[in-house]
Amino acid sequence: MDGPAGGIQLSVEGVAKHFGGVRAVDDVSMDVRKGEILSVIGPNGAGKTTLLNCISGVFHPEGGRIRLEGADIGGLSPSRVAARGVARTFQNIALFRGMTVVDNLMLGRHLHMRNGVLSSLAFWGPAQREEVAHRKVVEDIVDFLEIEAIRKQPVGSLPYGLQKRVELGRALALHPKVLLLDEPMGGTNHEEKEDMARFILDVNDEWRTTIILIEHDMGVVMDISQRVVVLDLGRKITEGSPAEVKADPRVIKAYLGTKATH
Amino acid sequence: MNPSTLPQFLLRNAREYPGAPAMREKDRGIWREWTWAEYRDHVRAIALGLVKLGFKRGDKLAALSDNRPQLYAALLAAQAVGGVTVPLYQDSIARELRYVIDHADAKFVLAEDQEQVDKLLELKASLPKVEKVFYADPKGLRHYTDPILMPLEELEKSGRALAAEQPQLFEEFVAAGRAEDIAVFSYTSGTTGAPKGAMLSHANYVAAVRGILEVERFERTDEVLAYLPLAWIGESFFSLGCALIAGFTVNCPERPETVLENLKEIGPQIVIAPPRIWENLVSTIQVRMEDTSWLKRTLYRALLPAGEDAARREMEKQPVSPGLRLRRAIGEILVFAPLRDRLGLRRVRYAYTGGAPLGPEVFLFFRGIGLNLKQVYGQTETTGIGWVQRDGDVKLGTVGRPYPNVEMRVSEAGEVLSRGPAIFVGYYKNPEATAQAVRDGWLHSGDAAMLDPDGHLIVIDRVKDVTTLGDGTKFAPQFIENKLKFSPYVKEAVAVGQDRPFVAAMINIDMENVGKWAERRAIAYTTYADLAQKRAVYDLIGREVERVNRDLPEAARIQKYVLLHKELDPDDDEVTRTRKVRRGFVASKYAGIIAALYSEAPSVAVTTTITYQDGRQATLQTELAIRSAGAGFAAAAAA
Repeated sequence: MDGPAGGIQLSVEGVAKHFGGVRAVDDVSMDVRKGEILSVIGPNGAGKTTLLNCISGVFHPEGGRIRLEGADIGGLSPSRVAARGVARTFQNIALFRGMTVVDNLMLGRHLHMRNGVLSSLAFWGPAQREEVAHRKVVEDIVDFLEIEAIRKQPVGSLPYGLQKRVELGRALALHPKVLLLDEPMGGTNHEEKEDMARFILDVNDEWRTTIILIEHDMGVVMDISQRVVVLDLGRKITEGSPAEVKADPRVIKAYLGTKATH
Repeated sequence: MNPSTLPQFLLRNAREYPGAPAMREKDRGIWREWTWAEYRDHVRAIALGLVKLGFKRGDKLAALSDNRPQLYAALLAAQAVGGVTVPLYQDSIARELRYVIDHADAKFVLAEDQEQVDKLLELKASLPKVEKVFYADPKGLRHYTDPILMPLEELEKSGRALAAEQPQLFEEFVAAGRAEDIAVFSYTSGTTGAPKGAMLSHANYVAAVRGILEVERFERTDEVLAYLPLAWIGESFFSLGCALIAGFTVNCPERPETVLENLKEIGPQIVIAPPRIWENLVSTIQVRMEDTSWLKRTLYRALLPAGEDAARREMEKQPVSPGLRLRRAIGEILVFAPLRDRLGLRRVRYAYTGGAPLGPEVFLFFRGIGLNLKQVYGQTETTGIGWVQRDGDVKLGTVGRPYPNVEMRVSEAGEVLSRGPAIFVGYYKNPEATAQAVRDGWLHSGDAAMLDPDGHLIVIDRVKDVTTLGDGTKFAPQFIENKLKFSPYVKEAVAVGQDRPFVAAMINIDMENVGKWAERRAIAYTTYADLAQKRAVYDLIGREVERVNRDLPEAARIQKYVLLHKELDPDDDEVTRTRKVRRGFVASKYAGIIAALYSEAPSVAVTTTITYQDGRQATLQTELAIRSAGAGFAAAAAA
């Protein structure tokens, strides 16, 4: 499974985020290598989603730095982070439920669209050519995710597992360098999980996309990630290969809770 | 020279109308077209690529792919250089694939994509005769290093190089083809025993197609949608044989799940479907009508009987009164034409049903909404179809008359026999089975049938399936099952009763439709097994059983029934890939349930072992209620 992972693509250095007195993320550092699948795991409330939100610009970290290919992106707005090539999916699906699958994916492309409101008013000419080009990209994603049959269905009418797949498609429409996946398999059944795991591997394989994955299903995490970072109570407690992490007593302790439970 | 092999017909078409559309496939949302000239160029490239790899006359190429232009091209390419093609069912499980590929002595296999390649690689050790596996879609296969694999594109490339060196080579190969060369091994997924490979020659295909062309009018400009597995003889007869000889256009759907949508986009003139698909369509329409607006539902209910009544009278050659004509005309405008349009069947000149008997209610329904649905009949061993109902001479319950080039009779034992140029060459490596099937020059079909006074064939059931009750009453299980399956709530049914005092039935509910029905009534359920055992569902199916019983002779009525906890599945050997019930197997597998049907027990416990796709096993305990027909609540076991 080890692909030729390159140099550091994304680095997180001493990032912190507090909510009132709660330290959701506390001085976390990690390096993400180009082309790898890195999983972030930890018990509920460990700060995994907060960390993703810091990277994708939803929250502004209170300390530390986040760098994408050397450039500081900490504190940029979510749309700017996305424009730099970081796309994400959400734990609770964030799609336009009343719109069709294709329209949702086309929206995912909007960051790449050059023509502004005025030139788009005249549909012919450059705006039309651009629309056609983007539709082509979207159709490649439809083919890739095998969702031809639901292309024109409103997202809200789809089963949950398929909505998750569409959301992955929306993120892929950005052609991201780094893909952040927040529990892409949450709430799906066994078969849907297998499908999603295969798509994640295929994305990584086909486009060498760097992937940061939050997932609760340890079987999946151990199967598909090259490295794992473990958070507990906002702090990073260890990182390493799936096998190393599995054997680490600190991880076992964090999960089984030999500390006072609360 | 007159063409006498399928590749020779391809060359004729490419010569005579090179720019006309031959094949289309929807890809990335757009219908992409191959003209006949382009089709020939692909076939030439693949054929010469095969030659370069050492493929010789008589060698076999197996193919495991959904219907795509590349699949057709690869099959024709192998045939062009004198090879035999072996189309496989795409959903076959490993054991079946291994048997057929090995038995056919396949040297090369074409796989569609990663999924099929994975299946084949898993079997590699037990398939020593396979030298190469080609794949059409490289997605996900980039890191596969097994030297047995080769992209189809690479094969084509090396073929094109050879074509550049020897421009006449391909045409010479094709010209060397003889009518008696074997074109296809069609493995029959028989309801008993291991599959048999029926050898079909080019002459067989040409004869069968010529036969239908004598009675039906297929145009070069016609369109068909090729959505059924090419391993099924009916599909290869139409989209390989007829398409090449009549010269019409074959369209491949985007994905199996998009067939209905693609049907609407193409609007074909010719459609063939097995009964299962026609039954599903009726169920879908019936359920949609329940959900539609009051006005549409009222019109549908008011006018459908007029359409059906008129269609029945025409089939019985009775006069249709002016009043009925008028009502049907109104129906045509308000309901039937829009309905056909919605289904993508508006341009259809010929719609066929074949492969298994279709219930008369379903048949009448489609004729009633103005679709020219006709029954065809034949066997793999007659190269697909040998009997067809003629326009203006369609009779309910028959399969029509044979082609002019098919000679037919019904034996004293009541079995359909036929002979003619379309009868197959024999079973591959199985002379005993061949001798069993062809005796004194007549092909024995194994179908029990009779001829009506006008020479129309009425097929009753498989000879060996005709069942005798304890008191000597004979009945055809299929007849009863088809009546049950007309209900949108019944997916599959098995009628039993050999040497028993009465007929009993095991029924599979239709999960989708019964599920919707239950939702509308706020009946909560979890799994298939749970839904099937709901008391209300038993009541629902009980009404269907009573409806069926009203049309049956008293002695053949269903007296007891049970709703099964799982669907009959080809992966469990319970039905064939073409969804025919394997009676013997089902009878022994469900012996406990059948015994309970003939006891006083109110229910029966079953234990099932389920094997998941990853090999894990789990056992399930279920209690199945047994009901007497017409007994209603009183006799119902606690659900």
